[in-house]
Amino acid sequence: MTTESAETTETAEIPALEVTGLVYAYKQNRAVDGIDLRVAPGSVYGLLGPNGAGKTTAIRAITTLLPIPAGMVRVFGRDPARDQMGVRRSLGYVPQQLSADQGLTGRENVTNFARLFDVPRSVRAAKVERALDAVGLLDVADRMASAYSGGMVRRLELAQALVSSPRLLILDEPTIGLDPIARDSVWKHIAEVRAATGMTVLVTTHYMDEAEEHCDRISLMHQGRIQAVGSPEELIASLPDSRRDAASLEDVFRYYSGGAGLDEAVEGGMRDVRSTRATANRVR
Amino acid sequence: MSVVPAPRRTASAEADALLTTAHPVRTGWSVLPARMVALCIVELQKIRHDRSEIYSRAIQPLLWLAVYGETFTKIHAIPTGNTPYLDYLAPGIIAQSAMFIAIFYGIQIIWERDAGVLTKLMVTPTPRAALVAAKAFASGAKAVIQAVVVLIMAALLGVGMTWNPLKLLGVLLIVVLGSGFFACLSMSIAGIVLTRDRLMGIGQAITMPLFFTSSALYPISVMPGWLQPISRINPLTYEVNGLRALLIGSATNLPLDLGVLAGSAVLAVAVASMLMPRLVKG
Repeated sequence: MTTESAETTETAEIPALEVTGLVYAYKQNRAVDGIDLRVAPGSVYGLLGPNGAGKTTAIRAITTLLPIPAGMVRVFGRDPARDQMGVRRSLGYVPQQLSADQGLTGRENVTNFARLFDVPRSVRAAKVERALDAVGLLDVADRMASAYSGGMVRRLELAQALVSSPRLLILDEPTIGLDPIARDSVWKHIAEVRAATGMTVLVTTHYMDEAEEHCDRISLMHQGRIQAVGSPEELIASLPDSRRDAASLEDVFRYYSGGAGLDEAVEGGMRDVRSTRATANRVR
Repeated sequence: MSVVPAPRRTASAEADALLTTAHPVRTGWSVLPARMVALCIVELQKIRHDRSEIYSRAIQPLLWLAVYGETFTKIHAIPTGNTPYLDYLAPGIIAQSAMFIAIFYGIQIIWERDAGVLTKLMVTPTPRAALVAAKAFASGAKAVIQAVVVLIMAALLGVGMTWNPLKLLGVLLIVVLGSGFFACLSMSIAGIVLTRDRLMGIGQAITMPLFFTSSALYPISVMPGWLQPISRINPLTYEVNGLRALLIGSATNLPLDLGVLAGSAVLAVAVASMLMPRLVKG
């Protein structure tokens, strides 16, 4: 139960994402220390852990931003170490920072990504409209992104990722810093998009309640390693009987991390905390 | 817990065709120009939304031409043969304005890295070289707008320039190449120093030396002996010489000027592309 590799997955389908023994170190610091993941096509997979647990490093390795040896990651069967462009074509990525270009309108932001993914001119405008509509921004599409609220920027980024029809949508802390209403709105749109497209979603978060409510399957990450894998129900059921009553994912995390709660388990250095705060401040 | 369960929220029966239909992605030689056009459109859109940069950037060349140029023309302090000093100076100011835009392009890249924009771009099917070349080309597009502003100002001040459309096209090509080189130089430094503060310091430290060791303000022949070899390895010199040849008909080796600029730009794109992943390595 400690890692995904301990499981034998019987699906005959090619996994949307397969990670095997992924290791990545920043100088002496081993940010990711041998993780295994297997994400089924069409599922919402959560990578859950405190700041600095290694989630973003893992995402960066999967998204081709970090150089990794061949054989560690496969996205729909493609190895980013061998076929970087092929992997990128199948990805939609929303990084942790608010990455929409503030100097452009919402529509221009999305259209730019449509061009970068070679969406043909004949369908580009319609596809951009549909992506904006899917995240509820069609009415404000021609306003500057700088006038959007934090939640709207997040939805705009979702539209940017969607316009290329990705097979795997990767969201790195998509609701960080948002107020509860905006968080709900972002998740509502993610769920609607998934319902409309059936695409696979890999999401990192340190909000236990979100992971519990929205993810089909969760990996709990702590100190660069995956401590437990399963559906929210399975993870709670895996607790010893004495701890299971009214247990939440927070209790599961505490159990598998050796007692640390999410709040105490902030593992990142000053840079992680600064980055998280910067995003949160920009969202407000 | 051994089997990956089916998704709890199953996809709707009618998948949204527009959002699910994947399109063939460009490969081969056409990727570079396509991405350059896409990213250039972004830069032009930004300029359209906020023109204040164009207006504010017009002040400095105006001062150089109207104050420095007019004064030095009157006192005949710099030997430029039969060419009035203001005419001699105008191409130098075009090159200088373009360089001043480009040399701080690395700061923009670092800002985009910090904002997540670069990170996201680097996860699109855009080769690093295309990303760098596109940024360089975009800085060239900005420099072209700046060059047009300076040309209009120079014409208003009575500079005797050519209006031959082919030569003016050549001017724009040289401006794009020169600007592209300096933008890549700046992005390369950004890839080494990684932070805005350091790059600001280095940018300020190299901008003026590049300007003063070029032939923008005075001929190489009047420079001290030790400075002349430095001037001859400064790409800004070749940019100024090329512009001067096309605009006011100065004698120069135009193919050499173009060759040096094109070669420097290609080399700079290669170096900046190599260093670009350092920016997002974290």
